[in-house]
Amino acid sequence: MQRTYEVMFIVRPDLTDEDVDKLISTLEGGVTQSGGTVKNVERMGKRRLAYMVRKFQDGIYVLLTLEAEGSALAELERRLRVTEPVIKFISVRIDEEQKRLEKMKKLRESKVRNRPAAPAESAPAGEQPPAVTA
Amino acid sequence: MADEEVKTTPAPAAPSGDRPARAPRSGGREGGRKFYRRKKVCKFCVEKIDAINYKDIRLLSQFVAERGKIIPRRLTGVCTPHQRRLSAAIKQARNIALLPFAAR
Repeated sequence: MQRTYEVMFIVRPDLTDEDVDKLISTLEGGVTQSGGTVKNVERMGKRRLAYMVRKFQDGIYVLLTLEAEGSALAELERRLRVTEPVIKFISVRIDEEQKRLEKMKKLRESKVRNRPAAPAESAPAGEQPPAVTA
Repeated sequence: MADEEVKTTPAPAAPSGDRPARAPRSGGREGGRKFYRRKKVCKFCVEKIDAINYKDIRLLSQFVAERGKIIPRRLTGVCTPHQRRLSAAIKQARNIALLPFAAR
């Protein structure tokens, strides 16, 4: 079953932009080969790390959003662990969270729609107060 | 006379802070019974923040103490479901070096 994941990883700061590009494209290739699709690549740039990681104080953050099987993600994680310039990574499944957010949004919208409808029933008396507040 | 004046001045200053944080609480414990403490409300409920994401460090760092510890709900007023999400997000952020496990 295809699921949406978010993989954030940190590569060592002394890597050049081209090297990072190369690294990302190889990872992408690996994902597509195992049947997944990379939906978005976001380079978050160089950031100071909150603590030392492998004697590095800075790191280049990259965020991948992908849709893939669990096995494909496992393969990607294995690759990340093996590739030497990657100093840290985290993968998070986000599809359920997205579903929850959409639900909340819908719920909120329906509430907003219901609320203006309620004072409209008592139209003549209720019309003035909103004008004052606005 | 002079002593009394000194005592009374800090009392109104403490609750006036708009952030319902620790300061009024510690003052309340020492200062005594006639202390007005504002009811704390959950920031996420009030501002209708649905997503508590580990990437949103600005938001998360408001709920992390200087030393990197997660601030308990009794101090921040965050409701239980939101505190649960919040602590999970903070832990994820720590894992990817966005937030410290222990600062200094």
